[in-house]
Amino acid sequence: MSIATGNKTLGLSPLERRLLNDFQHGLPLVPRPYAAMARRLGVSETEVIATLRRLAERGAVSRVGPVFRPNRAGVSTLAAMAVAPEDLERIAAIVSGFAEVNHNYEREHEYNLWFVVTAPDAAALREVLARIEAATGHALLELPLLEDFHIDLGFELEWT
Amino acid sequence: MNDPAPLCVALLDDTDRALINATQAGLPLVPRPYHALAAQLGLDAGEVMARFRRLQATGVIRRLGAVPNHYRLGYTANGMSVWDVPDDRVAELGRAVGALDFVSHCYERPRHPPRWPYNLFAMIHARSRDEVEDRVAQIAALLGAADRGHAVLYSTAILKKTGLRIAPPAAGGGRRAAG
Repeated sequence: MSIATGNKTLGLSPLERRLLNDFQHGLPLVPRPYAAMARRLGVSETEVIATLRRLAERGAVSRVGPVFRPNRAGVSTLAAMAVAPEDLERIAAIVSGFAEVNHNYEREHEYNLWFVVTAPDAAALREVLARIEAATGHALLELPLLEDFHIDLGFELEWT
Repeated sequence: MNDPAPLCVALLDDTDRALINATQAGLPLVPRPYHALAAQLGLDAGEVMARFRRLQATGVIRRLGAVPNHYRLGYTANGMSVWDVPDDRVAELGRAVGALDFVSHCYERPRHPPRWPYNLFAMIHARSRDEVEDRVAQIAALLGAADRGHAVLYSTAILKKTGLRIAPPAAGGGRRAAG
């Protein structure tokens, strides 16, 4: 994936920036939400839709839609493993191969493999964690969310 | 094992689950997205909107809107900062850290001493490691003596990232570089 080193390289227009920054939450629940956004922005509905499509095609927007809170639509936990560097690629592939794993990151630390496991209920989650440990031969650190302190209104993007 | 209490899972019916799975990749970018979704699921648009409203009210959906791709926008340094703070102050300190505008997620998680002493996680997205370090220093200053130790774990590769699926499960996931 090519990574922009600053926002300037993406050459975002003022409308693109406002759509990205001001509409991370509060998408109107009305029959024509993009028309409602267009009225607030002083542009046309067609322009809002075309601009969102362009942002999605360029990868600046992952999607326009709901962001789910962990543990509310199924049960999930963050898990970490300490894997020998030469073995990391193999173990990571085994972990990623589990359909219940929806994020898997390599991080710089003794615990270098970090992933999220989601299951329909607590018993199913326990069972999957045990299968991952058996398949990898590695014990995992189980780090379920105990308390969420962040009020998620999106993320303030800086354009400098 | 520390079981998260999935009280709200019981409140989701099959239609909610279908709606959640159908919107993993986002809403359709057409003039009437809720109608399009309704047609796809065999519902009416009013019910789709009512369900979204209820899922937001019950906290299943935390927000509805544009989801920026931080990496693509130049926020290539992703630092997971982890902190060992006194248990009796974690709620108060977590709220203070979670309110910082550069923190995108802030959670309490169980510690596993001695190898993993940390109980507070704050995710920092920034444009460089220097910027992450600067923000870590701001959190350390905010915590003061309550910071009994911390670490910053940078991601070096995203090995898999897929949307949440409740059922049926999705497979796959390639390797891609991260900041």
